[in-house]
Amino acid sequence: MNDQINHLAKRVTLGKMTRREFMGRAAALGVATATASSIFAEAARAQAPKAGGVYKMGVQGGESTNTQDPASWASDVPIAAGRAWGEPLVEVGPDGTLGGLVAESWEGSSDARTWRFKVRNGIEFSNGKTVTAEDVMRTIARHTNEDSKSGALGIVKGIEEMRVDGDVFELKLGVGNADMPYLMADYHLMIQPDGGFDAPAAAIGTGAYSLVSDEPGVRMALTRNPNYWGGDQSEVAHYDEVEVITLNDATARTAALQSGQVDSINRVEPKIAQLLDRAPTLSVRNVSGRGHYVFIMHIDTAPFDNLDLRLALKYAINRQEMVDKILRGYGGVGNDMPINAAYPLFDNTIPQRSYDPALAAEHYKKSGHDGSPIILRVADGAFPGAVDAAALFQQSAQAAGIPLEIKREPNDGYWSEVWNKQPFCASYWGGRPVQDQMYSTAYLSTADWNDTRWKRAEFDELLMSARAELDEAKRKETYSKMGRMLRDEGGLILPMFNDFIDAVSNDVMGWEGDPNGPHMNWYSFKKTWKA
Amino acid sequence: MHPVLKLVAQRIALSTLLLLAASVLIFVGTTILPGDVAQQILGQSATPESLANLRAELGLNDPAVTRYLAWLGAALQGDLGTALTNGRDIAESLGQRLGNTMFLAFWAAVISVPLAIFLGLLAVRFRDRWPDKLISGVTLASISIPEFLIGYVLMYFFAVKLGWAPSVAMINDSMSVWQKLNAIALPVGVLTLVVLAHMMRMTRAAILNVMQSAYIETAELKGLSTFSVIRRHAFPNAVAPIVNVVMLNLAYLVVGVVVIEVVFVYPGMGQYLVDHVAKRDVPVVQACGLVFAAVYIGLNMIADIVSILANPRLRHPK
Repeated sequence: MNDQINHLAKRVTLGKMTRREFMGRAAALGVATATASSIFAEAARAQAPKAGGVYKMGVQGGESTNTQDPASWASDVPIAAGRAWGEPLVEVGPDGTLGGLVAESWEGSSDARTWRFKVRNGIEFSNGKTVTAEDVMRTIARHTNEDSKSGALGIVKGIEEMRVDGDVFELKLGVGNADMPYLMADYHLMIQPDGGFDAPAAAIGTGAYSLVSDEPGVRMALTRNPNYWGGDQSEVAHYDEVEVITLNDATARTAALQSGQVDSINRVEPKIAQLLDRAPTLSVRNVSGRGHYVFIMHIDTAPFDNLDLRLALKYAINRQEMVDKILRGYGGVGNDMPINAAYPLFDNTIPQRSYDPALAAEHYKKSGHDGSPIILRVADGAFPGAVDAAALFQQSAQAAGIPLEIKREPNDGYWSEVWNKQPFCASYWGGRPVQDQMYSTAYLSTADWNDTRWKRAEFDELLMSARAELDEAKRKETYSKMGRMLRDEGGLILPMFNDFIDAVSNDVMGWEGDPNGPHMNWYSFKKTWKA
Repeated sequence: MHPVLKLVAQRIALSTLLLLAASVLIFVGTTILPGDVAQQILGQSATPESLANLRAELGLNDPAVTRYLAWLGAALQGDLGTALTNGRDIAESLGQRLGNTMFLAFWAAVISVPLAIFLGLLAVRFRDRWPDKLISGVTLASISIPEFLIGYVLMYFFAVKLGWAPSVAMINDSMSVWQKLNAIALPVGVLTLVVLAHMMRMTRAAILNVMQSAYIETAELKGLSTFSVIRRHAFPNAVAPIVNVVMLNLAYLVVGVVVIEVVFVYPGMGQYLVDHVAKRDVPVVQACGLVFAAVYIGLNMIADIVSILANPRLRHPK
């Protein structure tokens, strides 16, 4: 009984059980109400943040080629460490609302073209220098510069003019964009002294921690910045030290968590997630995000230029089966549009497309396709389980009389030779914080990464009108229209949205899911503490 | 000059020549790889102008011979350049990684070489009886199982279940030697299992070969115990092939343990090389190639010299 009551208390501490549930279960175990009540109080007290300790993250996605230059970040290890030492102007919260970091407040003009960000008063970089609006402008300027090869170039290239007005940084866009503040939350846009022009990889920022040891591909260690503007250790960023440890091998990652060498890991494989969750000392935490796995057709290339053939293939894929078998339930079904409920302004009234072999066969017949096999190119690296997913697709299409031929491609060179080059292949998208950015990245006529060759003037116009629209109801309506267009006519077959699956030691308190990214959008170091 | 000294000098000269040839191969190999460095750095966002700019900046437009000589000249002075991907000094990062690799290889060798030779001798002593069969069976099984699997099995039992050693073999300068040894316990265990069979089998075969000679029979007839016969008469004559195999395995411990490094997250050279190959960071790949070639050639040279010194017949070539 003692074990059971302890287990229940643990669940209370983890925030998985309410007082009412706890008291009920305790009564069932024969524990006196007064005793149960004090156990509950103690367990709930453990929920209050505690300062101190070392927090170690075991993270997949680090190479010995990593640098601390935010412009170069593309994998999770540098992003995780960067979140600890640096801060952009704003952050997107778990509920999709914006919060200020380096910027205290911000406002847009009525046409959404001019945006003013007021820099937080008197905050300092970890080298003791006070942050000015000039630093902010230089940072954005560095990412706007073609030579910086910044991963955020696509975000900031719409900026036409920038200026500093006292403690206000003002930017002017060529075309109005109501989502501009959201884009400023991008992890590349860490505010650096003088924009990081002289020392881009110096790891000097306004973050809660400062970098003390940097071994790329192995480990990055940070200690608490005592001058952090956000508050002292009892309020925020409770740990004394944070370590980001590169653990690229999946088995090594789970073993490290199980043996207590790290406190949390990312990218738990769906096939072991359930087994891992049974371990008594840790919990698997999954959150549905915006990332998705796709099969993409070039709609300007035969036979995919035929709408009926595209629809036939869309009806011939069994989405639920893929979520069950490829993601093991850690995900949600897609609807052939890159947007799901994790996005702000999502319209949940758009009907869900499901597997319908009869309808698929009908469309296939109408398309007049000659019956030759349709070649689907796929590699293991396209997304985890891509080859298996293609095989499932092949079988469900077979049932509708559509012949698919799977052509396996090597992982090496898949992104340069197959994706965005071959007319029909498997791929994945990590998702973007707002609909506008997702559509502009891959569905605008002029987008470099328009991997379905979706080029519709009408769609582009809708996108531009939504971008500058400040009335949320109208924007939502426009986005809904765009989503429907893409769903019914586009070259995108989107069977599933994948969850972010983390596993966390039960010693770590205060963990909550954040659809913006794994590991609480890499803010776990700041928002959790150890019991 | 003493003939032995002359022989050794010859070997060293030959090895240097070989290393030079290897450096040419490395340079040519990395140069003819498809997709140049500039393309790799810029990736998906490459435009023709930015490619041209970067190529000029990196000196990729110079003729290959000029670039080779410049590279070799700098490398001889210990300047390996800076990594293209993260702008770090290659000699410095490589030095640290090489130190780690050597540390792991050293301890694996310290345990596995004496153990393998001892087991080999034991197998000869009990030839075709159950200890021989047991030793052969176990070592052959351990060499046949893929090393990552042995790694996972050891990790499961010794790190996760028993908690004796960490599963993440990360070492850094702030750790004491004892902490470092504890950290590398599991990878050393796996490497020992992987290289044991090769060396032990060669010891056994070489000594058995010698044991069939007439002088061994004489030694036995004059009443020496089996172990003394092996130790005094058979082993010195069998040393050459054993040293060769030992050196090959030592070379493997230095240049071929990337899988173990990944599984145990050990910051050695293999992972360093693989990461930079994936990013086509040519200066780093060239530097690693050169170091690996030097290790390989160096160890083989030592094996040659030891065999020559150990065997009078080789000291006086006809």
